Amino acid sequence: MTQSRKRVLFIAKRLLQAVPVIFGIVVVNFLLLQLMEGDAVDVLAGEAASATPEYMAQLREKFGLDRPFHVQLWAYVSNVIVLDLGYSFRYDMPVVDLIMTRFWPTMLLMTTTLFIAITVGIILGLLAATGLNRWRDTIISVLALVSYATPLFWVGLMLVLLFSVRLGWLPTSGMETIAAFYEGWDRVLDIARHMVMPVTALSLFYMAAFTRLMRASMLEQSNMDYVTTARAKGLTERRIAWVHVLRNALLPVLTMGGVQVANLLGGSVIIESVFGWPGMGLLAFEALFARDLNLLLGIFLFAAILVLATNLIIDILYTFLDPRIELS
Amino acid sequence: MTPSTSSSFWQRYQRNRSAMFGLAILSVTILMSVLAPLIYPGSPFALVGEPRTAPNAEFWLGTDTLGRDVMAGIFHGARTSLMIGLTATVVSLIIGVIVGGIAGYYGGTTDNVLMRLTEFFQTIPNFLFAIVLVAVMTPSIYSIIIAIAVVTWPAVARLVRGEFMALRNREFVQACIGIGMSDARILALHILPNCLAAISVIGSLMVATAILVESGLSFLGLGDPNVMSWGYLVGAGRTALRTAWWVCTFPGIAILLTVLAINLVGEGLNDASNPRLRDK
Amino acid sequence: MTSTVLDIHDLHVSLPQNADRPYAVEGLNISIERDQIVCVVGESGSGKTLTGRAVMRLLPGPYVKAVGGRIDFGGEDLLKVSEARMRQIRGDRIAMIFQEPMTALNPLMTIGEQIDELVRMHTRLPKPERRARARAILDDVGLPDPAGMLGAYPHELSGGQRQRAMIAMALILEPELIVADEPTTALDVTTQAQILKLLKDLQAEHHTGVLYITHDFGVVADIADRVEVMHRGIQVESGPAEQVLNRPQDAYTRSLISAVPSLIPAHRPLRVNAPVVLETHALCKTYRSGGGLFGIGGRTVDAVRDVSIRLRQGETLGIVGESGSGKSTLARLVVRIIDSDSGTINIDNTEITSLRGANLRQMRRRVQMVFQDPFGSLNPRYRVGRLIAEGMIVHGTPSKEAYRRADELLDLVGLQATAANRFPHEFSGGQRQRIGLARALALDPDILVADEPVSALDVSVQAQVLDLLDEIRERLKLSMLFITHDLRVAAQVCDHIAVMSKGAVVEYGETGQIFANPTHPYTQELLDAVPGRSWSPVLLAKSP
Repeated sequence: MTQSRKRVLFIAKRLLQAVPVIFGIVVVNFLLLQLMEGDAVDVLAGEAASATPEYMAQLREKFGLDRPFHVQLWAYVSNVIVLDLGYSFRYDMPVVDLIMTRFWPTMLLMTTTLFIAITVGIILGLLAATGLNRWRDTIISVLALVSYATPLFWVGLMLVLLFSVRLGWLPTSGMETIAAFYEGWDRVLDIARHMVMPVTALSLFYMAAFTRLMRASMLEQSNMDYVTTARAKGLTERRIAWVHVLRNALLPVLTMGGVQVANLLGGSVIIESVFGWPGMGLLAFEALFARDLNLLLGIFLFAAILVLATNLIIDILYTFLDPRIELS
Repeated sequence: MTPSTSSSFWQRYQRNRSAMFGLAILSVTILMSVLAPLIYPGSPFALVGEPRTAPNAEFWLGTDTLGRDVMAGIFHGARTSLMIGLTATVVSLIIGVIVGGIAGYYGGTTDNVLMRLTEFFQTIPNFLFAIVLVAVMTPSIYSIIIAIAVVTWPAVARLVRGEFMALRNREFVQACIGIGMSDARILALHILPNCLAAISVIGSLMVATAILVESGLSFLGLGDPNVMSWGYLVGAGRTALRTAWWVCTFPGIAILLTVLAINLVGEGLNDASNPRLRDK
Repeated sequence: MTSTVLDIHDLHVSLPQNADRPYAVEGLNISIERDQIVCVVGESGSGKTLTGRAVMRLLPGPYVKAVGGRIDFGGEDLLKVSEARMRQIRGDRIAMIFQEPMTALNPLMTIGEQIDELVRMHTRLPKPERRARARAILDDVGLPDPAGMLGAYPHELSGGQRQRAMIAMALILEPELIVADEPTTALDVTTQAQILKLLKDLQAEHHTGVLYITHDFGVVADIADRVEVMHRGIQVESGPAEQVLNRPQDAYTRSLISAVPSLIPAHRPLRVNAPVVLETHALCKTYRSGGGLFGIGGRTVDAVRDVSIRLRQGETLGIVGESGSGKSTLARLVVRIIDSDSGTINIDNTEITSLRGANLRQMRRRVQMVFQDPFGSLNPRYRVGRLIAEGMIVHGTPSKEAYRRADELLDLVGLQATAANRFPHEFSGGQRQRIGLARALALDPDILVADEPVSALDVSVQAQVLDLLDEIRERLKLSMLFITHDLRVAAQVCDHIAVMSKGAVVEYGETGQIFANPTHPYTQELLDAVPGRSWSPVLLAKSP
């Protein structure tokens, strides 16, 4: 069986494995809804005054709240499958559509952050490891340690304080200057200006995590036997670090990248609320404020699926990078 | 880590300057939490001064938007952070050790099932799940502790599973089986004690994570409304960022220093229990 | 043109402050000619490995470094040349082969890439020529499908194949000297024989000088031209192989050689009519690995296939085989540390495979195990006394009585009673095996299963522990199941031998018979592969 055919089967197998996880999350959502005080429909209607009694009666019937538990569960699940996550009265649109409009700003923020955090983190970790215990290593390690301990919301606020309030260089919040109606490149630049602080704040913590992991991974690999063999072949230290050790050290960092996506989604709630960035995170925050639990759970489900997808991509990437992985 | 070297363990720890630095800062935090009711008796929510006063001789860190003493908030917040951090970690460790230990020791189907469960929890975005849980259970110290524990135990379970699996295949454990010891005795007296070093290290690092999560939740308004928290102070001070910057800044520094200190202590523990030549 | 390739003069290698002696190597003098294999022999801690590293200037600094003497190579002093010059020499004029083939190669690069970077580093050959050379050398070392091998990753090769690949890398640039640091120690005995032969042949063909580091006198007997014996950093004996092996002058050398068990089986009394104490019938154990959620797919390994053995009262039955033969699995099945899939085990006519609960615990008193790894077989957190007494306590003996008996047992195995209050890490490897034996004897078993009890020990300590085992067996009238891969040990210790290969018993019989007239081809291969089998000076250890 060819390698690529094996890979396709591998992907199919993993997709199949993802299904019970998604189902599990949907069930968890449903159980959480049940735990809420009060009628589920009150929650579904988001306690919005604009929900008419007639609609609420309709919902009650639709969800069969007087019917047995497992019937309700089935109703909920079947709704989710057809992507009916409910209706948001506050925004006057179906939850699914609402999430989709907020999806792209969050994606923009997250991909940029992930890219910067991983690349800068890897480079810094590499520099620290190759300059072990010298001033280069000390400075990078200390900065990483401090960044790793810094709460996201505080760093965001401090950035606003410095660059917006005191220096006036960057805009305080939002994704773009709406009143200016920029087009084309102007718009891109405008968004970029708005992105500087949120991305910096969000990436600081994760950059620190990647730096520390990369440094530790490089050190661990440097003590391996194959490094001694490489030295015995007369290879330069530079080649050993950049060709032999680096490749092996990157693997755990890649795995961690997958794990961090899950954390990033949580971090985006905080950063988007600090900077007023109109993404899914801010939507979650607003849903919290408005006690719209149904919307919150919808975002939660969406985020979980996103994480699953990212994990699958990381796994596939891994099979290209590590020949020891068996594609059975 | 062998008992006979516990004194040398402490010696090794002491030689690590950053670990001692971390310990020093942590002691300050602990001291603040203990002395809070003595130095700042009464509620830290009490309005004691003019709103938005800058730091001065009377209020060392100023007052916030409502006139509350920021310093008092920091002292009392220390109690909250440490208490929630420790409790949540202990709960998380208990769950993680039990799940991971059983999975690692028994292997087979039990391991499979428990690992699926762990992976499931690890796939769920942590912080979002914590937000959802606290929102559902209505914010209180207990719901926060439960939420943090539910979100962090998988990492412990993973680590413990790895350790138990490795130890189970060590010959001294096989000897115990050959002698006829019960599983419970082997797990409790032979395997677990050899894991304590790894568990303490991950435990200490988890306290730091728990404090960060708790402060994040409080910042978003999901903290226990009756309890003063550093995250709450920062969140409440947002509106006054322009005019009263000190309300946001100092509690944040408190969080930073405490978390940094715990991380340093955790790494110090790790280095002290794995002595090796660190110089090149 | 001088034919001396390497000349080590008065070499001193220092150790860190807290070591047990100031020098790892002290005042070493070795000279190697072209076409000559010089073996450096010693036990662990003798400084032999660091000698090899010193020649390559790969000492694990900063505290372990060469602090005195000269190493002359091609007119230069290797201890004084610049690092850049040393890099030119490494791999090209002096090459090194390491001990652990499993970890010595970069797992993410193909064999071809790892050979190629070496050639690119030291020559200016164009790509097609480099490739041709690589193919040729892989063929020379006996690897199948050299072209395909170039694109293979290390994990796709067996241990023996990896070692061949390493030898290929060492030879491809035709170095004048090869430093071989125990290259066959981690290999099976049959693979070891092949690699040794390969090394000898290639060395003769390329006229390379070889510095061969080993602890195994059998290997020395097979390949050495000259022998240097090291003891705690000091060179205690030096001379032509024939002389050192057969007429050693130094007392330490003599003691080392006399500790090597002879391949001529000892004369042992026959116990034909003794009752059978342990018997297995058609014992099977299969392992599955991999596989999905419901165990679909994955691999199965038949660890033990249809094994039937019989142990009589008072005798020692040897289970001999290489790694993967199933001998350790068999040992664990008999002691019921793991459970078999099918087949029966009888101890004194009681079938034990189906025992549970209290009956199982009772049965455990009858048969106990001594383990291989002196470092892993004792829980590092508890004192020795507790480790020995715990078994008795678990079976109901009052604590005070158990500890008293633990002291007795320590005395029985030749340790002082004060040992009970100390921790395992305070003892040497040999002493730890004694403690393991004491623990096994604590429950007063009739049958002892010893799983490679001396394989991890230095040869001099090995002899002491084997003597102890023999003495205890006699005194306590035990029957012993002795697992080993070492045919020399088997020859001296066992009354009967069962030879295992790939999970099955291929030959079974009296020790003397098997050594004199092996019938199964595998047994013959095994016997032929023992290094130094034609060397049998008077000195070699024989059982009384």
